[in-house]
Amino acid sequence: MKNTISHRVADFLKNFPPFNVLDQKDLETLAVEITIVYKEKDSVIFAENDEPHPYFYVVNKGAVALKKGTDKTIMDMCDEGDIFGLRPLMAQENYKMSAKAHEESILYAIPIDIFKPYAQQNIAVGNFLIESFASNTRNPYSKSHRGKLYDEVNDVNPIAPDTHVLDLQSVQYSKKLVTCSATTSAKTIAKRMTEKKVGAMLVVKDKVPIGIITDKDLRNNIVTGKYPITTKAQEIMVSPVITYNKHLTITQAQMAMMKSNISHLCITKDGTPNSKAIGILSKHDVMVALGNNPAVLIKAIKRAKKIKSIKQIRKSITQLLQDYLDQNIPIKLTTKIISELNDACVKQIIKLSLEEMPTKPPVKFAWLALGSQGRSEQLLQTDQDNAMVFENVPEGKLIETTAYFLKLAKLINKGLFDIGYDYCPAEMMASNPNWCLSLEEWKKTISHWIINPGTDEVLLSSIFFDYNIAYGEVNLVNELSEHIFETTKKYPIFYLHLASGALQNPSPTGFFRQLLVEEDGEHKDSFDLKRRALMPLTDAARVLILSHSVKSINSTAERFEKLAELEPNNEEIFMACSYATRALLKFRTKQGLLHNDSGRYIAIDKLTKEERIKLKRTFKTIKEIQELVSVRFKVSNLLR
Amino acid sequence: MINFFKKKVNNYPDYWLEYEKCFNKKPIEDLSLVRFVVLDTETTGFDYLNDRILCIGALSLVDKNIALNQSLELFLKQEHYNAETAKIHGILKNGGASCISESAALEELLGFLKNAVIVAHHAIFDITMINRALERNGLPRLKNKVLDTSHLYKKTLLNSNVFKKKEHYSLDELAEKFDISKKDRHTALGDAYITAIAFLKIKSRLKGKGLLRLKDLLKMG
Repeated sequence: MKNTISHRVADFLKNFPPFNVLDQKDLETLAVEITIVYKEKDSVIFAENDEPHPYFYVVNKGAVALKKGTDKTIMDMCDEGDIFGLRPLMAQENYKMSAKAHEESILYAIPIDIFKPYAQQNIAVGNFLIESFASNTRNPYSKSHRGKLYDEVNDVNPIAPDTHVLDLQSVQYSKKLVTCSATTSAKTIAKRMTEKKVGAMLVVKDKVPIGIITDKDLRNNIVTGKYPITTKAQEIMVSPVITYNKHLTITQAQMAMMKSNISHLCITKDGTPNSKAIGILSKHDVMVALGNNPAVLIKAIKRAKKIKSIKQIRKSITQLLQDYLDQNIPIKLTTKIISELNDACVKQIIKLSLEEMPTKPPVKFAWLALGSQGRSEQLLQTDQDNAMVFENVPEGKLIETTAYFLKLAKLINKGLFDIGYDYCPAEMMASNPNWCLSLEEWKKTISHWIINPGTDEVLLSSIFFDYNIAYGEVNLVNELSEHIFETTKKYPIFYLHLASGALQNPSPTGFFRQLLVEEDGEHKDSFDLKRRALMPLTDAARVLILSHSVKSINSTAERFEKLAELEPNNEEIFMACSYATRALLKFRTKQGLLHNDSGRYIAIDKLTKEERIKLKRTFKTIKEIQELVSVRFKVSNLLR
Repeated sequence: MINFFKKKVNNYPDYWLEYEKCFNKKPIEDLSLVRFVVLDTETTGFDYLNDRILCIGALSLVDKNIALNQSLELFLKQEHYNAETAKIHGILKNGGASCISESAALEELLGFLKNAVIVAHHAIFDITMINRALERNGLPRLKNKVLDTSHLYKKTLLNSNVFKKKEHYSLDELAEKFDISKKDRHTALGDAYITAIAFLKIKSRLKGKGLLRLKDLLKMG
């Protein structure tokens, strides 16, 4: 029986092939028979060589990775609206790939028995399936095939179209061929190029390329008045066309373009100018393929008009991070670049959110990144911690102003969530009224923390004091920092409490120098790298740098470097800390990339001997810095 | 004198006896086999005495699967009517889909529920509304075990002095937190769907803390 939910399911499906060709009534009938399946992140939907399920799947929310072989290379990444697991059902064979939820996902399981008759009766559905099986892509209309301007069913290389699994050696050319005949007029060509947003038009005869016309040719020949606007294509086209086959590598493509001083290459079926044209490769495609270039990524982020496209770019950032780590590029540089990119994403999200607000902000404001993001140490995506500060307003206007910024903060938090930053479980986000305050209110709150340093206040300070401005008015933030320094000077007892907080993290090693693992809970038997190793360093750096009233150095490693400079007699230990911090950060990032998580918990038994020794070496440094903190701030005087 | 120990002789209809019989079976402990029914009611108001159920939506949930062909959406005929609530729910008196009488709706509901564990958001409200309806029809109260997503959700939150948990979390808040579309909010089945997805996500987060048994869930909410 039709109901509200099956209606919603049908509404979703009708946007995606092959369901878009079914009529509403059939779709409604089909939708009723669907099972909605929830999959936790990393849970398996089916394994390679499993017997086929009586269903195939459509991704409603989240992402599913299709993997193959023992090395588990990702063959394809399915997201919203993508179909998977259908081919084995039609072919009546076992699954050739495994499917695993890459993110927390909701799937629609569609029973094959119900679906099959539609595939057989409806030619359009059948064709879609045949095409998608033949081309070995889950959806022949998606991505590379969008536009469907060529009818060549070629065996696309099995590498997924997603950039983050793209083998950087092979090039992704545009299959969106825009062509004209030799007799088309220059005016029509220019019109169509504008319409299709392309920079070059291929002139073909019987699908074979005979010439090419680029923006430059139009400029040089038509705009200069050399030829009239009615000139036929054959008069102004450049020929012969430089052609290649599709197995061209990026380097080859770059070389070819440089050699002939051209910006477009034509891809033909056998690589010669005498076979069918199947695609075009522009300089821009090469740039995109070289996507492991931070400058290109920054540009792409700044151009992003939708949060969804930022999410895609984030995947490339992760790929870039992986490459950097593989190539052993110094972690200092890696951290800088990745933080810069993350920062650009956050800024863009804020910009997009501001555009979405009905009015401009009533007063100036600043968006603060807290915690690891504030310290620019966030390589992997973790939870979001942030706050908002805005200019003081007259008392009568406070409620109204706060309401505006809370609304804005909510949009920004949602945007960050959408690109992969989970909500903070402790609600330390600007959309929480306690974390979205005017300058005056923040000063009061901070004074309260410093004057009454209980456990909670110290904890809150340790999270908040690593703030870094991500967007907005920098003066607001400077004033806040000044206030912190002034107040802490007046109440030095605060250092003692902050220092004692810094010493409260559990020890990384036991009596026999063995690594201590968690005893219960979700991460039983794994080592908590964040709490037992990174946090003691971060906390120590914070209290030490605060006692020196140094502002705007937020990264722990850099703080230690600054401390080494300020206290030459302790240089050795501070430099050791700086090194240990970077080493641990790298360690965490590698673990995180390996397991597609935050890298916080490490399975000790999976580490190599070398890794274990490296890890243990940092612990000596941690112990030394903790002793220094304890002695300097006389923590022993305080009951611990 | 009334004898409390004497079994009352009741002429309950067959469908009630059928429903009652389901509870003779030994309850299942393996969480992946337990059948949950996620339900939501839309009512004319919040007064247990005078207000009536307008609509009942229920989904059947086993393990992580919601089969849509096993769902229930009932619209009830109304005598008592409150224009204010109708505005929210968009269900007009006797309008829309085929409406059935309260007793017919209860018969369908009980037949659907069987001995499943009921999941609802602010469950006490929905359960009380249904129990009142049962009472009006001369029937005893629901016998099912009940889980409340608003209680369970609180268990997923951090226990920290730094951040104060709210007393209540609305279904809207849950939908936002878990990124569930609010498209069909304020229809019974739409709310039941949001509750179901929220329940699955809550369950997966609680599992992380090492809690897996139905017993534990029941203890929490």
